[in-house]
Amino acid sequence: MSSLLQTVDLCCERDGRCLVDRLNIDVREGQIYQIEGPNGSGKTSLLRILSGLSSRYTGDLQWRGSAVSVARAEYLAELTYLGHSSGVKAVLTPRENLMWHAALRGLVDDTAGALVMAALDKVGLYGFEDAACFTLSAGQQRRVALARLFLGQSTLWILDEPFTAIDKQGVLELESWIVDYASAGGAVVLTTHHELNIDHAIQRVTLGDV
Amino acid sequence: MTSYRPTATGFVATLRRDLLLAFRRRSDFFNPLAFFLIVCSLFPMGIGPDPKQLAILAPGIMWVVALLACLLSSDMLFRSDFDDGSLELMLLSPSSLYLQVLAKTLAHWLLTGFPLTILSPLLALLLQLPASGTVAMMLAMAVGTASLSFIGAIGAGLTVGLRKGGLLLSLIILPLYVPVLIFGVGTVQAAVDGFNYMGPLAVLGALLALAATLAPLAIAASVRISVDN
Repeated sequence: MSSLLQTVDLCCERDGRCLVDRLNIDVREGQIYQIEGPNGSGKTSLLRILSGLSSRYTGDLQWRGSAVSVARAEYLAELTYLGHSSGVKAVLTPRENLMWHAALRGLVDDTAGALVMAALDKVGLYGFEDAACFTLSAGQQRRVALARLFLGQSTLWILDEPFTAIDKQGVLELESWIVDYASAGGAVVLTTHHELNIDHAIQRVTLGDV
Repeated sequence: MTSYRPTATGFVATLRRDLLLAFRRRSDFFNPLAFFLIVCSLFPMGIGPDPKQLAILAPGIMWVVALLACLLSSDMLFRSDFDDGSLELMLLSPSSLYLQVLAKTLAHWLLTGFPLTILSPLLALLLQLPASGTVAMMLAMAVGTASLSFIGAIGAGLTVGLRKGGLLLSLIILPLYVPVLIFGVGTVQAAVDGFNYMGPLAVLGALLALAATLAPLAIAASVRISVDN
């Protein structure tokens, strides 16, 4: 199980508050990391740093042993990030939204089309692929964003509150996808206030008590 | 794991998506055009219908109004992508950000500068611009508004993270619009006066070449700064 994402003495400070203090984690293939902490404890800030969106930190961030700033292209090719805002355009259909995401990942038309349909089927949006997203419910829109997880090959999922607006059945499904993914060698870093009910070891990082 | 470097697919997909979005939200697309049409048609009422006077002012009026139309629309360039998180995903995609912002800027030009160019002969007629200036006006508009889109995108990228970036945006980009304005009007004026207008048009072309190659670097960097928090 090789090491994927590693932090060395990661510190993050916002408005004079120390959110992350000398964090050393080593995310390996097959591991699930859950970032915990009360509201405002810096969970999202940490995920944004880990994904490379934010540069407001000190310490080192390494992808497969080399600094993320150097190996950025390799890192991004293997990362799927799901943030608070879903990146779903309301006036486009789920299929159109996902085709764009697929293209950004370098998937060409013929394979991308099949992949997008398979992803939409997997998240339970079969039959809704050509309805404009603003006609879908909040949970269904969230599922459109979740479908991105199944586009292209990534080895690391960074999920910020993935269970928001998802129904009970969906929560069970998402939990099983996370376990399947980790069992297949992927790594997951996520934040959630929901108690994960999964049959897989969870590494926990607690923020906010420093 | 295979590592692939997608390039052109991201460019084409972003261009297609932005055009599709504009097609679905047509009112946003018509705003700058309506502005251009209405303001230009107000001038003959304001300064009187005397053809001689209008003909003297026409190149300047059309260029200034086109400039303001581009300024108005550039605020929207990254706004919706920033609000719904698409911008973050563009930054985190393996595609080159340079090509993605190039695609967005090209889409912006196709939706503002290009229709303005198509409309300009009509406005030229309304403002009594001598017929000898029409072709020069269209050429200068096509080339000049493309530069305006690139310059506007830099400002839009820088201010998209701010709650009220509108005024700041104009302060940043209006001074940079000035060279385009000067040589744009210069091109039309030369044509109206019966001179060869290729000189100022070539300067506009040079500005565009500079903007098209270097501006995406600045746009990409400014977007990165805006998302970094």
